[in-house]
Amino acid sequence: MGTRPASHGGIIILVSFSVAFILTMLPIPEAYKIYRPEWITLVLIYWCMALPHRAGVFTGWTVGFLLDIHMGSLLGMHALTLSVVAYLSYKLHVRIRLYPLVQQSLIVLLLVTLSQMLVLWLKGFTGEAPGDWSYWYPSLTSMLVWPWLFYLMRAIRRLYGVN
Amino acid sequence: MLSGVRSLFSLVIYPLQTIASIPSDTELWLDGQLNTRQLLISENEAYRTDNLLLKAQLQKFTSLQAENIRLRSLLKSSRKLSDQMLIAETIAVDLDPYKRQIVINKGQRNSIYSGQPILDAYGIMGQIIHPGVASSTAILITDPSHAIPVQINRNGLRTVLYGTGAANYLEVQNLPNNADIELGDLLITSGLGGRFPEGYPVAVVVDIKRDPGLPFASIIAEASAHLEQSREVLLVMAQENAPQLMSEQTEGTPEHGD
Repeated sequence: MGTRPASHGGIIILVSFSVAFILTMLPIPEAYKIYRPEWITLVLIYWCMALPHRAGVFTGWTVGFLLDIHMGSLLGMHALTLSVVAYLSYKLHVRIRLYPLVQQSLIVLLLVTLSQMLVLWLKGFTGEAPGDWSYWYPSLTSMLVWPWLFYLMRAIRRLYGVN
Repeated sequence: MLSGVRSLFSLVIYPLQTIASIPSDTELWLDGQLNTRQLLISENEAYRTDNLLLKAQLQKFTSLQAENIRLRSLLKSSRKLSDQMLIAETIAVDLDPYKRQIVINKGQRNSIYSGQPILDAYGIMGQIIHPGVASSTAILITDPSHAIPVQINRNGLRTVLYGTGAANYLEVQNLPNNADIELGDLLITSGLGGRFPEGYPVAVVVDIKRDPGLPFASIIAEASAHLEQSREVLLVMAQENAPQLMSEQTEGTPEHGD
């Protein structure tokens, strides 16, 4: 690798994850809760894809760990699933970047579904697996939200020169 | 050890949770600010009458309490009668949509402990599961993994009430078809299991299906507490009294109330 300009803008990454957390916690009407996109997973995928030298498995683990603490789920459950998502988006980042947006959204659907499947699996172990199809709705809404999130995050990344 | 890690890192999450609850806090604040004078006066009036009624009932309660202690001393059995309370506020944040949990703004700083019962003005709400440093997570009685020992107020029949995961509804899974339970029966805590204090309202029976082909009746009850609306919750501080109660029981002397 050639010389890289000194990385800066770490604060922007921190703020973007904080906003994702707040969107995850924000109280919304009971009927819409099942449609809430997986904001944290989406932001993680974006940073792993855009700046693979800055965000990776460790970022995924840390964010997932904090999510576990917020949700009161088994400690390490989301840490594991988001580590897997971070690893896969790190592995695929060169390809994802080149894909058109529609194809990108499909990859995001795949990644979010995978993380949800791992969570379901782990919840099954602890005997609290939700039994209906609405469990998968967040994957679909995440896919629909992705193009907008992608453009927004790219604009923010360029505006503040995060690299 | 892991619960220590959890309570420590809840400090990182706490500011975010506070920010996330700003919209609903603002709504509540605006609601308070934009009330008309007329409304406030009428509300005040209602509170005053309520207060009078409650005070009158309390007078009767003190005499009943004294009588209860006398009778129990005759029966040579003892029971703790007063519970210390602490008021906490819920933080308006969403947790896992498939669980029934809430976050409150009191933690180990305020000597909150795991397993502590929480209630509101109308009945039992649940118990603390993850006490943090400054905030804690509590599980509601409607959570699918929660069960609470209860008895029917009318006849003292004991059973266990399970959460369903649906807001406000609970079920009794193991009463036989011929059990003496009716629509509208009030279920109160039985105090068995030692976690919840005895005699607090939990739920009211709203639906009973007796299918002769099934070993147990299917009974649905609606929670008495306003689980999805309560802003203020009460925490029962009763742990330090427990050992004292034990020693009194072993000595066989009746407890004297205050």
